[in-house]
This record gives sequence, structure tokens and C-alpha cells, in this order.
Amino acid sequence: MNLALAPETLARWQFGITTVYHFLFVPLTISLATLTAVLQTAWVRTNKEKYLKATRFWGKLFLINIAMGVVTGIVQEFQFGMNWSAYSRFVGDIFGAPLAFEALIAFFMESTFIGLWIFGRDKLPKKLHLATIWLVAFGTIASAYFILAANSWMQHPVGYRINEETGRAEMTDFFGILFQNTALAQFFHTMTAAFLTGAAFMVGISAYHLLRKKHIPVMRSSLRLGLITLVAAGLLTVVSGDRLGKIMYEQQPMKMASAEALWETQAPAPFSVFSYGDVDKGHNKVAIEIPGVLSFLAHDNFHEAVPGINDTNAQLREKYKAGTGLDDYRPNIPVAYWSFRWMIGFGMASFTLGAVGLYLTRRRFWLAERLRTGEDEMPRLALTRNRELNPRLGTWYWRLSVLTLGFPLIANAWGWIFTETGRQPWVVYGVLPTSAAVSPSVSQVEVLTSLIVFTSLYALLAVIEVRLLVKYVKAGSPELTEADLNPPTRIGGGSAGADADADAEDRPMAFSY
Amino acid sequence: MQLTDVWFVVIAVLWIGYFFLEGFDFGVGILTKLLARDRAERRVLINTIGPVWDGNEVWLLSAGGATFAAFPEWYATLFSGFYLPLLVILVCLIVRGVAFEYRAKRPEERWQRNWEHAIFWTSLITAFLWGVAFANIVRGVKIDAEMEYVGGLTDLFNPYALLGGLVTLTLFTFHGAVFTALKTLGDIRTRARRLATGVGAAAAVLAVVFLLWTQADRGDTASLVATVVAAVALLAALGTNLAGREGWSFTFSGLAIVAAVAMLFLSLFPDVMPSTLNEEWSLTVTNAASTPYTLKIMTWCAAIATPVVLLYQGWTYWVFRKRIGTHHLAPSGGH
Repeated sequence: MNLALAPETLARWQFGITTVYHFLFVPLTISLATLTAVLQTAWVRTNKEKYLKATRFWGKLFLINIAMGVVTGIVQEFQFGMNWSAYSRFVGDIFGAPLAFEALIAFFMESTFIGLWIFGRDKLPKKLHLATIWLVAFGTIASAYFILAANSWMQHPVGYRINEETGRAEMTDFFGILFQNTALAQFFHTMTAAFLTGAAFMVGISAYHLLRKKHIPVMRSSLRLGLITLVAAGLLTVVSGDRLGKIMYEQQPMKMASAEALWETQAPAPFSVFSYGDVDKGHNKVAIEIPGVLSFLAHDNFHEAVPGINDTNAQLREKYKAGTGLDDYRPNIPVAYWSFRWMIGFGMASFTLGAVGLYLTRRRFWLAERLRTGEDEMPRLALTRNRELNPRLGTWYWRLSVLTLGFPLIANAWGWIFTETGRQPWVVYGVLPTSAAVSPSVSQVEVLTSLIVFTSLYALLAVIEVRLLVKYVKAGSPELTEADLNPPTRIGGGSAGADADADAEDRPMAFSY
Repeated sequence: MQLTDVWFVVIAVLWIGYFFLEGFDFGVGILTKLLARDRAERRVLINTIGPVWDGNEVWLLSAGGATFAAFPEWYATLFSGFYLPLLVILVCLIVRGVAFEYRAKRPEERWQRNWEHAIFWTSLITAFLWGVAFANIVRGVKIDAEMEYVGGLTDLFNPYALLGGLVTLTLFTFHGAVFTALKTLGDIRTRARRLATGVGAAAAVLAVVFLLWTQADRGDTASLVATVVAAVALLAALGTNLAGREGWSFTFSGLAIVAAVAMLFLSLFPDVMPSTLNEEWSLTVTNAASTPYTLKIMTWCAAIATPVVLLYQGWTYWVFRKRIGTHHLAPSGGH
């Protein structure tokens, strides 16, 4: 059969497309839920209208986004059975449990409380309404943990045995699977990257309005929250990425060597900035390198050897050939190499922009009295204690923030492409090759059909979603109504007192579809 | 009772919960064309389920996740075997979810009308296809010795399965109409009750024929009891609807769904997916199940999480217990 249209290839493309697409919404959902909750908490505690307006504004963008995250998530849960039935049979005993936990513990929580949060504005007292968004935020994070623990098992299977009789993997240590170091490191890295994503989004959109001097109080507060989150999350993404990289080096040396296109074992091993490889001949034609840095990424020192692709491939062949019959244990090297660079590059670009912005918009630290601004004023971009940034450069700062607001989304996508394709030819590392994981009963035509259907549907929805986001971004923060400022004091709506109750019966809902 | 049996029951309960809850919101979706006369009435309908539809759908995700974890072979055979119908269901659920959330986010009439069409068609198709899928599970399909589905697409659309599809379609529409009567005010409430009578009668006839067919095919005493309960509940739902007892009518239409789905699971047990090629090749609670260790972990999780979920989901319905009329809708929709 034509390899490009083999069911395995098509199923992989489908998994890649649906997963990367789903993961555009996931990090934004996770971080915006928490950031919206933070803003709403600020409103409940200070009663300042700007925080309520900010809650409404970001909350709306959050909702547009989570709707897509939820519906594309349904496919994620069912496509294992559809396209990867052999995989599902083999690992179901292990892999199914975190998925079921995710639904029972996390999905129920987020979907139920999101309804309460959207429609509950005039039905729930202030603090209870606040609690609902925090529960949504908690649900999104818990959900991420379970699915990352499941994925970590595919990267580094632990706590299982192979039942010789049935040929299936069986779970022997659930908590070992749930809390293995790969899961903790992946979760830490994914969460920090998620907050980097939401923060860059928030900074970019705030900058859009500040550039036009609109909605200043709301956007100023949002900008600050965004910048602080961006810098903190960015730093932690570096730390967690380093941690995850070291674990990856131990558990999947081939992935690390591929990420660097390091063909031959080297000591000290350099970090490659640019290279152009000749895969067939097993070496690079051109390479720009920083000496010793790859040794550091793998070992925390600048001299130790890092095994190259060719040596690792030979080792893996010796170890696994008898079991799998596979000769080649190399992933797609250019994809691994470049995805790793795009991930780091796009993520760090946003972090840098955040660090610069946090410094430029500082409020008191090393800043002359005359450059300080009040809550309702445009923030000034101060270069030194007494000097403002050239206005033209200042405008460019805001513009760049707008233009790069999607950078972490690109970084996230490449990160997943890296970690998933870098694990190939395995679906469960060292245990199950991807070629043995597809559904035997599903035909090429069926996979091709679903691939085309999902891809076109997702493309169409992307257009709709982005246009809707743009509309609500441009609209800016909404005006508040009397009802917004006077939330009910009793569950179900209304305030204490019989008259108010009778009146509430016929009052329009504060929110309706 | 073995853990495998426990998990068969848990999965049955999750599907029952899913059809009870999303049953009425599929029904409400269908009523947007069958009952609503103008945009305002369509909005009333959509808002009766607005805060809860998403939570209702998680019952499906839980059923799917629980099947994967407790009966991986069942999950694998079912979803790879029913590939194309499942693809249609997934597409419908995606479009339907987006439709609910995005319809009110623009004021243009064309935008809203398109999403309303989407809500109607996706609700209708999904309500029908779930019946087809379940009928096939119970009746059995062509499964080989390797537990793989070897039938074609047309095998899935046999008369029994098509009847199953009509049963879920009419039953959910009836359930939705009764729910609408319970949750709305004014003219639409009266008309919902009237519509419920007609649809309910059709649902009752189709459901009884379908359940008796199933009973004749694979039934036992327990499934017969469930059949009787379903039939009586349907009659009671029709009667109480005529008498204007909306709360009771909804209770009975819900009970009818519970009993009908329970009947299907009772007649299925101890198989989970019978093979029509050879009885030996059927997937059963034993040969499709996970290990006792996994099932034990899962049992702990379900035992702790489920009551909490029921509590907060129930509370949501209580918070949004008030009826909605056209005059309750904010003029321009969502902000």
C-alpha cells in the first residue's frame, strides 16, 4: 500500500491535527480561567468597578475559547478507540483509568460550574459566584494532570507488567503511574507554558487598547497582571523545561540526540543553534554550535559525553530488534530538531517581551516621581530613572506585544509535535511500536474520511472562532448595569425581603443565550 | 457480585444518566423547529438548557472513559467498529456545543438562524444515531475471533436498529417536550404539553414494540420487568401530561428512559457486545474486562466522586429551577 496513505500514516496525521488543534484552546482555557478568577477575586475584595469590567471582558474571551476546547476534547477521548483500537486493547488496563478519572473528577466540575458561572450572575451571591469560577479553574488544571499522567506513561511506562497469556499491559502500581517523575515534570512544564500563553494573550490585547488609549483603567490593570504572570510563568517554564529535558535524556536518549541533530557521540556536547543535515548519510552539512551546552542540558555539567543518534540507534536495535523486528529507531530528525527550536524560540520571545515590559512599566522601583502614573492614566514606559522611552519605540513596544500575542500558542504546538514525534517509532516507549497500534478493522477510506471531515470542520470553526474573538477584543470592556453592581444576596436570585422576591419573578435574566 | 459486574452496572448507570439528561436537551433542540414559532420562543427553549447542557454531556465522556478503563476490549471494538456513525455523532456534538455557546454572541439574524438550524439538525441526528448504535450493541454484530468488527456500514442500519433509532428520537423529543412544559411560561408551555401528547403516543408505541422485540430476542425475567416499568411509565407520563401535572409527567418520562435503557443493558448482560458470527466470539463482562487491580482503583474513585458530582449537579438544577418566559430574556442576548 502507498505508504503516504497507509492507515497508520493517516491515523497519525489525524491524531496530530486534532491534538494540536485541541491544544490551542487548552492552555488558554487553563490560564484564562485562573486569571479571570483572580480578577473577579480582586473585584469581590476591593469593589472597584475596573476589576468587574476586566472580569467580564476576559471572561467573555475565556468562554469563546473554552467552548472550542470542550467540543474538540470529545474527539480526543474517542479517537483512541476509533483509530487506535490495537493500542486501546493493549494499554486500556492502564491508560483508561486516568481518562475515566479525568471525566469523573475534572470534566464534571468544569462543565457544571461553568454553567453556574455564566448564568449564575443574578442567581448566586457574590462570593458563591466567585467560587464557581475558581472551581472551573481547578477543574481545568485537574483535567490537565490526569491526561498528562496518561501521556507520561506513553513516554515512560512504569508500574505495569506484560501479561504473557493475553499479550496486554496490566497496571500494577496506580500511584506509581500517577506520580512518576515524568508526569510531575510534564505537568509542571505544561502548566507554566499554559500561563505563559494566557499571559502573552492578556498583555497583547491590553496593549492593543492602550495603544489606542481606550479602556485605560481596565487594560492597565490587565496589563500588569499579564506582565507579572508572563515573567513568572516564563522563568518557571525555563526551569521546568530544563528539568523535563534531563528526564527525557535519561528516559529517551534518542529524543534528546534528535532534538540536537547530534549524530555522533560527543564530549563535551555542544548545543546546536543552526544546522542542515543529511539524514541519509547520518551527519550535518552545516552546523553552528555553542560548546558544552548540550552536556549541561543533559548532565548539569559542561564536559560529560552525550550519546549521538548513530550510537543510540545501534544500541536500541540491539535491545529491541528481537521483539519488534524494527531496524530503525530514529524519529524524523529534522522535525525533532526544528520543533525543539521553534518551541524554545517562540516561548522565550514572549518571555523576553514580558520582562522588558515589566521593567518599562514599573510603578515605583527606580522611577522619578514625575514619571509615576495613576490608575486612570496611560502607563509611561520609563527607560531609566528620569528618562522615558522614545515615544516611537514605545509605540513599537505596544505593537510588538499585539503582534506576538500568539507566539506561545505556536511554541505549545511545536512542543507537542516534538515530544510526540520524537518518541517515534514507539507509541508506548520501548513497549509498543506505533505501527502495531492502529485499528485493524478500520479501512483506509474510513480513516481518510474522518481525517478530511475533522480537518475541514476544524478549519471552519477556527475561522468562526477567531472572528468572534476579534469582535469581542475590539469591543473592549463592557459597561456595567445596575444589576451587575448589585448581585443577589440569596441563592436563586433576589435579596432578602418579600417585595424584592416578587419583583425578581418577572425581572429579565441578567444573562441569556 | 464481582467487580466486573459492578462495572457493567456503573457503565449502564452512566449511559442511563446520559440519556436521561441529554435526552431532554436533545429533545429541546428538536423542538426549536417543531414547537417554537419565532426567534423569541427558540431563545426560551435554548435558555432552558443553557446552563446545564454541558454538564449533561459529561455523562457521555464518563461513560466513554469508564468503558475504556473497565472494558478496554469493548471500547476498542465498539468505537473502531461503529467508526462512521460515531464520526457523525462526534461532528454533531462538536457543532451542537459550539452552536449553543456562539449563537447569542452576534446579533445578526443570519448568524443566529444558522446556529439554530445547527442545533436542530445535530440534536435530531444524534438522538437517532444513539438508538441505532445501542440497538446494534444489544442485537449483536459481526465480530470475529480477534474481537474485531468485520461487518460493513450497511449492516448497522438493519430494521431493528432503525426502529431503535426512531425510539430514541421520539422518546427524547417527548422527554424534551415534557421538560419544556415544566420549565417555561406562557403560550409555549401550553403548546409543549399538546405536542407532548402526540409525540409521547408515538414514542410509547415504538418503544413498546422495540422492547418486546428485544425481549423476544434476548430477554429474561429482569428485562421483562424493566419493559413493563418502561411501558407503564410512558402511559403515566402521557396521562399526567394530559392532566397538566408537569412535574410528574417529567418524572415519568425520565423513568421511562431509565427503564428502557436498563432493559437494554439487562438483556445484554453478561455479554457487552455479542457476536452474530459465533457465540464464542462475543465480548463479555469477563473477556473484555480490565484486571481486578484496575477495577478496584476505579471503584474507589467512582465511589468517592460520584456522590459529589450528583450533589453539585443536582444543586445546579435547583439554582436554575425557575421557569423562563419570553419576557425574561434580556433584549439583545448574551453579554
